[in-house]
Amino acid sequence: MAQRKNPAILFGYRLYVLAFFIFLAAPLLAAGLFAFNDSLFPTLPWRGFTLNWFFNDTEPQLGMFHDRRLLRGLYYSSIIAIMVSVLSVFVGTCNAFLFVRGNFPAKNFFYILMVIPLVIPGVILGISILVLASSMANSVENAFDIDLGMLRPGIFLVVLGQFSFITTITSLVITARLKKFDETMEEAAFNLGASRIRVLRTVTLPFLFPAMFAAGIVSFLVSFENFNTTLFLVGSEAPLTITMYDRMVKVGSTPVLNAVSFFLMVGSALLALLSIVAQRDKSGT
Amino acid sequence: MQKDIRRLSLILLFTPFALWIVLLIILPHIGMVILSLREKVAPRVYEYGLANYIDFINEPIYWNTLLRTGMMSLLVTTLALLIGFPIAYYIAKIAGNRTRGALFLLCLIPLWVSDLIRAFGWILLLRETGVVSSTLVWAGIINQPIEFLYNDVTVVVGLVYTVILFMIVPLVSTLDGMDNSMIEAGYNLGGNGPTVLRRIIIPYAMPGIVAGCIVVFMLTAGSYLTPILLGGKNSSWFTEQIYDQFITRYNWESGAAFGFLLLAFTSIVVWLGLKLSGQTLSTTVAKS
Repeated sequence: MAQRKNPAILFGYRLYVLAFFIFLAAPLLAAGLFAFNDSLFPTLPWRGFTLNWFFNDTEPQLGMFHDRRLLRGLYYSSIIAIMVSVLSVFVGTCNAFLFVRGNFPAKNFFYILMVIPLVIPGVILGISILVLASSMANSVENAFDIDLGMLRPGIFLVVLGQFSFITTITSLVITARLKKFDETMEEAAFNLGASRIRVLRTVTLPFLFPAMFAAGIVSFLVSFENFNTTLFLVGSEAPLTITMYDRMVKVGSTPVLNAVSFFLMVGSALLALLSIVAQRDKSGT
Repeated sequence: MQKDIRRLSLILLFTPFALWIVLLIILPHIGMVILSLREKVAPRVYEYGLANYIDFINEPIYWNTLLRTGMMSLLVTTLALLIGFPIAYYIAKIAGNRTRGALFLLCLIPLWVSDLIRAFGWILLLRETGVVSSTLVWAGIINQPIEFLYNDVTVVVGLVYTVILFMIVPLVSTLDGMDNSMIEAGYNLGGNGPTVLRRIIIPYAMPGIVAGCIVVFMLTAGSYLTPILLGGKNSSWFTEQIYDQFITRYNWESGAAFGFLLLAFTSIVVWLGLKLSGQTLSTTVAKS
């Protein structure tokens, strides 16, 4: 577009890009920076720098690391995110082998089935899983008089709900990596007398590991920030996003929410960088 | 023997896939449709029929909300494409090698920040006591604080903000694969900027454009937090109606019908988009 254009237009174009990145950063900065304002409300004017919203242990400036409910939310979010990552990386790896190596009828159709969860709105995944789990729980209760607590809203359903679409992401990431694998490497190992399991363990899986690691981090982050699907499946163990939303709606915004936002932004930026570094290694090998 | 092993491993690999798709995608959706066809006529007595859908048609608030959600999602998708395409083109084709990586990274980092935090940031900027309003008062441009929240423009801006990265990322990867000499050739053959854009760049980028539009449209139509937090009680977003039926009124039958309608509506729009652009799901979203 701008290849043969004069400097003025290129300058205008650069200005547009700059304006866009300011637009991108503005709300994140607002959400993060007010965590350090020594005031009871996240508004201007600036009343000086403080770390109270992180570490103070008394009201009214109760810091996030002393706020029981926020900490509990953080704990549940972590548990859920770890379970979702482990499960979805496992199934994603199986799917990658299935679609790259496997030969079976209607493969294309199944591949599209695998992608579909990503384009179903999260709210609908949430309610449909809630409906099925509840009706199963009700039937079991009516027939055998046993209450299957795990099929009622709670951590187990939240994990299933998030897993249902995050697996598509992990499958796509790991499939892309497996497609680049040179199968002669496996053949060489077979020729040298290695067993199937040994080849998988020493040749194929190490090659896939960067993608599995990156997919795991991506699932962790997506699970941590998920709201729409979680909203319908959550029981009494509310993860952090739900706790924050509740606080925002019921109490209004206080700078402790800015502290949590800052903490989450730094945490997810670090994890995202880690996954990018892990992915980058592959281009070298 | 070798063949048996192959078959066994295929079955072993197929099992988790089948369990996932059948138990968490297909059966729940069938369950949702069945529930939506059921109506409570008395306590513990149900009748099957289209009553929930007829209620939807008879109550203008419901279908107006769905239409409104659809129209605004299309608007957001269009805006995201128009705003995002030049950015993606800049990152893929104009920025130098070193800045390209940095800009792409800058684009990716907000992607991992929760919708909730982004909406919270907008609230702090735009509310009556917020940064924008108080800065304008301080600068003497306005006399008293203005409430920028709770109107449609803010909702659209907030939604574009939330989803635009899902437009830019596929566009950058498609444009990245495009050979610069194709653009050169276009100019050498006498094309000017707009012609090269229309005849060469856009056709080449089509899979990326369609993929971005599908994801952005689905995310917008299914979004919950941004319209509610930035639009307030009157945002009339369809997901809010679903939540209302499910959680507030505990009318699951009608909520399931609404869920199915939202799914059907968005699927039809995506299908139309694919048909009109001559793409398929596997050439766009699944390609990564």
